[in-house]
Amino acid sequence: MRIINLHPGRRGARLLAAAPFVTVVVLYLIASAIRLAANPDDRLLPSIGKMVAAVKLMAFTQDMATGDYLMVSDTLASLQRLGEGLAIAISIAFVVGIAVGMVPYLRRMFVPFIAAFSMVPPLAILPILFIVAGIGEAAKVTLIVIGTAPYMIRDLFMRVEEMPKAQLIKAQTLGASSWQIALRVVVPQMLPRLIDSLRLSLGPAWIYLISAEAIAAQDGLGYRIFLVRRYFAMDIIIPYVLWITLLAFLFDILLRLLQRIAFPWFAGAKSQ
Amino acid sequence: MHGGTKARESMDAWVRVSSLTYPRIGEDVWFNDRGLHMLTRKSFLKSGAAIASIAAASGVAPARSEAKKKFTLAWTIYVGWMPWPWAAENGIVKKWADKYGIEIDVVEVNDYSTSINQYTSGGFDALTITNMDTLAVPAVGGVDSTSIITGDYSNGNDAVILKDKTSFADIKGQSINIVQYSVSQYLLDRGLQLHGMTERDVKVVNTSDADMAAAYLTPEVTAVVTWNPIVEQIMQNKSAHNVFNSSQIPGEILDLVIVNTKTLNAHPEFAKALCGIWYETLGIMLADTDKAKAAQTEMGKLSGTDYAGFASQLATTHLFSDPANAADFTRGSSLITTMEYVRKFLFAQGLMGQGATSPDVVGIEFPGGHIMGDPKNVMFRFNADYMAMAAAKSL
Repeated sequence: MRIINLHPGRRGARLLAAAPFVTVVVLYLIASAIRLAANPDDRLLPSIGKMVAAVKLMAFTQDMATGDYLMVSDTLASLQRLGEGLAIAISIAFVVGIAVGMVPYLRRMFVPFIAAFSMVPPLAILPILFIVAGIGEAAKVTLIVIGTAPYMIRDLFMRVEEMPKAQLIKAQTLGASSWQIALRVVVPQMLPRLIDSLRLSLGPAWIYLISAEAIAAQDGLGYRIFLVRRYFAMDIIIPYVLWITLLAFLFDILLRLLQRIAFPWFAGAKSQ
Repeated sequence: MHGGTKARESMDAWVRVSSLTYPRIGEDVWFNDRGLHMLTRKSFLKSGAAIASIAAASGVAPARSEAKKKFTLAWTIYVGWMPWPWAAENGIVKKWADKYGIEIDVVEVNDYSTSINQYTSGGFDALTITNMDTLAVPAVGGVDSTSIITGDYSNGNDAVILKDKTSFADIKGQSINIVQYSVSQYLLDRGLQLHGMTERDVKVVNTSDADMAAAYLTPEVTAVVTWNPIVEQIMQNKSAHNVFNSSQIPGEILDLVIVNTKTLNAHPEFAKALCGIWYETLGIMLADTDKAKAAQTEMGKLSGTDYAGFASQLATTHLFSDPANAADFTRGSSLITTMEYVRKFLFAQGLMGQGATSPDVVGIEFPGGHIMGDPKNVMFRFNADYMAMAAAKSL
């Protein structure tokens, strides 16, 4: 029997999937216990109890100054920025990606530029961004757009280029105009691919969101992490990081579900 | 005030070591965040492969002289701390370390918060830090620390700057861009307090120090609180008005050298050596000689500016050049008043630890034995003994 043909059973698969998670948690608990034995107030690896208390304080207790539930208001602020940024990025990518992918003149004109632009590290040109977009909400959303849109555009126009030429020719022989081909042939096939592209962009989008919130903000998940980092409150940072991870993971699942429900044909098309 | 040009918030902080015995001058050693791997760039280039030697978090360098006890002092770029790297490069650190039969590593950390966090997790034996941050991080974090050198106080280095407005009272109702929870916010609070206002009268927007100067140029930013050299940079704009600064609360924003109290008790020679290094270096750099000018020029270069830039930052920093004065100040009653302000500020900001019901949770000990706060949980001690020894020339 070759190793590539050995498959675990259902229970075995679950155990295997759980094993790395459990290992990480156990390692953390051991290391934390060692440090806490030496110093009960240790900040680097706080106990689970301390993190639970921190979450209670951040998520279920009204803040004295503002009356908000900080973790809730942080999450809503961040999600709003993320949502706006990604919505704008994906709209741009959708229009530009398909247009550039379909029209040879546009392709000649924009492909090299977009390829070059997507290589510019957005964080390195922040001062310019400040002048253009200020340092308020617009700047944070803009940073997410600049960070993710070029990649999504490139991804999409490559997908358009990959389409079987036979389909386009067939549509033309049936008398379709460019506009009709775009609407009836290209767009329906690109929508599920756009979801794939969005899924892959979620990671970078979070990074730009957190970076933007670290620079200038009054709320948000990244703001809180960078704020409490100044006094080394790992008991708040670790739950926030887990929360961000969980949110990102959930979005990924939701997008996959959306793709499966809205475009049931796509999974089959992909596997061919 | 901390930070300076290079010390920025960075997600992965790399730490530069200017070691005494290893490596030799001109070689840079890079530590990663946890201080685990260490490789010299020169040896990397020579061998064409990464020769990484594992060093423990305490900064143990490759074995050379096992017998000598090794200690680390971490510093970040700030005008009042630049004597440390200069002393290391000019053999003063080695001279005093040799005198006491120890080894001292003077380690640069490129981000101030990271340096505090690493000290608090046990990565360094000694650290350059402010009085406020010592209380908020290591002391509240259960790391008993003793301040052995009261180095300087900010005497204008930290400032509240308003755009197009000339009086502090105009701050009311404004959004203020500030590094939250830093000494800037302490300065702002003291300013508000002295003008009959509280933080409720303004809105604070946390802003990274690295981007403060650029943020000032945007129309929506109308008030900032920051430290030098950013203050100088912003003041070059005609619209900027310095309406309140640390020279109006002299002696409150203190820059110290703290040592882990356990280490200090076991090895007082480390503190003696540090004091010896410090006052010898100050003596050289503050004299009216060409050598002093050369030293200041070099310190300016090390902090990313030049002689003029360094001298102007020095002008707004009150360095305690005389150890006798430093010891007197540390023994004085004004320090107790200051620490009362500081701990009240930290408590109001929720920085005295989770579930703290009063600023008394952590004890602060002053020379002469006076204790503020919980006497059973003293985590921050001011010690004037080593400065007094330097004054008596008995080091």
